[in-house]
Amino acid sequence: MLQLRRLLSASPLLLALVMGGCADEGSGGGGVQSEKMATIRSRGKLVCGVDGKLPGFSFLGPDGTYSGLDADTCRAMAAALFGDPGQVEYRDLNSSERFAALASGEVDMLARNTTKTLSRDSAGGNGISFGPTTFYDGQGMMVPAASGIASLKDLDGKPICVESGTTTELNLADRMREQGIAYTPLKFQTGDQTYAAYLGKRCVAVTSDRSQLAAKRSGFPDPDQHVLLPVVMSKEPLTPASINGDPAWADAIRWTVYALFQAEELGITQANVAEKLAEAKANTNQADLRRFLGVEGDFGKQLGLPADFVVQAVTAVGNYGEIFERNVGRASALKLDRAENRQWTDGGLIYSPPFR
Amino acid sequence: MDRRWPDLFTAVPLITPDAYPPMSEQKPPIPWWRDRRVIPWLVQGVVGLAMLVVIALLVGNLVRNLTAAGLLLSWRWLGQPASFDVAESLIPFDAAMPYWRALVVGLVNSLRAIVVGLVGATLLGTAVGMTAYSGNGLVRRLGRIYVEVIRNIPLLLQLLFWYFVVFLSFGNGTEALQIPGVVLAKSGLYLAWFAEGWSWQGPQLVNGIWQAPWRFSVEFAALLTGLITYTGAFVAEVVRGGIAAVPRGQWEAATSLGLHWSQSMRSVVLPQALPVIIPGLNSQYISLAKNSALAVAVGYADLYSVAETTLNQTGRALEVFLLLLGAYLVIDLLISAVMNGLNQLVQIRER
Repeated sequence: MLQLRRLLSASPLLLALVMGGCADEGSGGGGVQSEKMATIRSRGKLVCGVDGKLPGFSFLGPDGTYSGLDADTCRAMAAALFGDPGQVEYRDLNSSERFAALASGEVDMLARNTTKTLSRDSAGGNGISFGPTTFYDGQGMMVPAASGIASLKDLDGKPICVESGTTTELNLADRMREQGIAYTPLKFQTGDQTYAAYLGKRCVAVTSDRSQLAAKRSGFPDPDQHVLLPVVMSKEPLTPASINGDPAWADAIRWTVYALFQAEELGITQANVAEKLAEAKANTNQADLRRFLGVEGDFGKQLGLPADFVVQAVTAVGNYGEIFERNVGRASALKLDRAENRQWTDGGLIYSPPFR
Repeated sequence: MDRRWPDLFTAVPLITPDAYPPMSEQKPPIPWWRDRRVIPWLVQGVVGLAMLVVIALLVGNLVRNLTAAGLLLSWRWLGQPASFDVAESLIPFDAAMPYWRALVVGLVNSLRAIVVGLVGATLLGTAVGMTAYSGNGLVRRLGRIYVEVIRNIPLLLQLLFWYFVVFLSFGNGTEALQIPGVVLAKSGLYLAWFAEGWSWQGPQLVNGIWQAPWRFSVEFAALLTGLITYTGAFVAEVVRGGIAAVPRGQWEAATSLGLHWSQSMRSVVLPQALPVIIPGLNSQYISLAKNSALAVAVGYADLYSVAETTLNQTGRALEVFLLLLGAYLVIDLLISAVMNGLNQLVQIRER
């Protein structure tokens, strides 16, 4: 199964090898040159790379639908493009596959709890174009409550489970080296195997993003038996991404996500967006709101999106605050605080540049 | 005479004196496009040229797209510090060492699994293969059941079973499975061996942690168990087939000399079965080497696992995969070469 998935994720690379030359001439729509958006439009579907097994972020439920913060990002994009949040084809990717899948064009974008880093962003590295960060996270460490481990120092000489192909794996090495703690990293290719080995007590600790640990813990048979150590080992800004080389598509993603931020700041919710739109249409003095909702100006056209892309996105998934609360907030199974993910007006890091 | 399509690939004179008797003393020279000595070269030249053009197109396309994406082949990253750790290593390694060293660590780990796996699978497979000719019905049937069960279940599934279900079910410390000389705990497989001064040293529990001269991680143990039992089943079939190829008369001759079953098997039948067995073993050995890459499923730090971390850090997908492909190709070709040499040795010299 693993081999097959690897093969499948590699085969578009080969295909791209053969066909790359044929697709050089991009055709733009509405004055915006974007090969990717033309492809997505002609396909009629957005192919979105997600984790698929991470409650709160992207999780395939028993009814066959995906839920979560990342899945909602995909839905918002589909709504912005097509006016229909259902036009998404999700592709489950493990952490090692994700960049190859993006580079080969197998997926149009990643909304797969991916940390934005220099080497992933730069043209000389993975060559990825990141959008705005949708979740500010940090790496944590989970241990069984009964183990008595209280800090990283207590992990000296112990095996630690970690998913390979992640920044987590690298931060773990850095932090432990800094503090001179010897340990054995047990690397697994999928989250399922990593947490199975942890639950099988092969390692005394498992490390990942704190949100992911909380999400996985919510699915354990006895969530109360596991605690997160009070350490934050790294900065993990989880960010949607697209491939370098198509700035128009990257802009479309960037500003659709910003629109979700801005909607929260302006108090526009899934419930009142229609009302706000009517208000904007009726009241010519509210220029900011009129521009934001596409009643006036041509923001949508400048991005290669429909004029009402903001309205569509918010109607589909709500504003950022609603997405957060629904999927990972206090009311959800993950029970996370907004913390850094509050609006900048509340002292958080969620900040949308002006829609001007 | 009937006209046929000219045979393009053998240079035989098309026009023979019998078919076309000379019309005049001065025969007109054959134009080059009808010359049977030229045509084969021409055809092969055109085909070869077309292939070259296709290859050049593909490579050109690759280079162009890679340049556009800024991913043109580069190997400088190999010398940069790896800054990640590897769970187990036979050669000294720490995070400050360069990437190439990390990849070598992975390669050594892979080779360790492959070599031990080859020996184990051969011993197990030969033993089980011979049971098919045992006089004991129970042994014969057990051998059959083993082969049929094991070779009909995917290897990945078996590895996950051995690791998550079997090896991770052992306890640690005093709860570990203890057999004289062997301790199986979640923290590893501990074996007795000679300590300093040739004294026999068994596993000991020191402060709740097992210590022994030989320690293997459970990941390695699970991978090996999976590889050996799986490949062993196929080897058993190859051995059984090889023995079946030895004429019945050889058994009878051995028995009439007064040799009992194991003597006849060892001294008469198996040596004659080897020429049949070895070519079959070759492909089983090669699959074992390739299957060792499944180690990543059970957390063993083999070449593939290290390469994946390297790829994650450096983003050099093409280079890392080229190295991987090259490494496995070389390992398999080496196995093949050794087995072919062995095959030459065991061929029956007939006079």
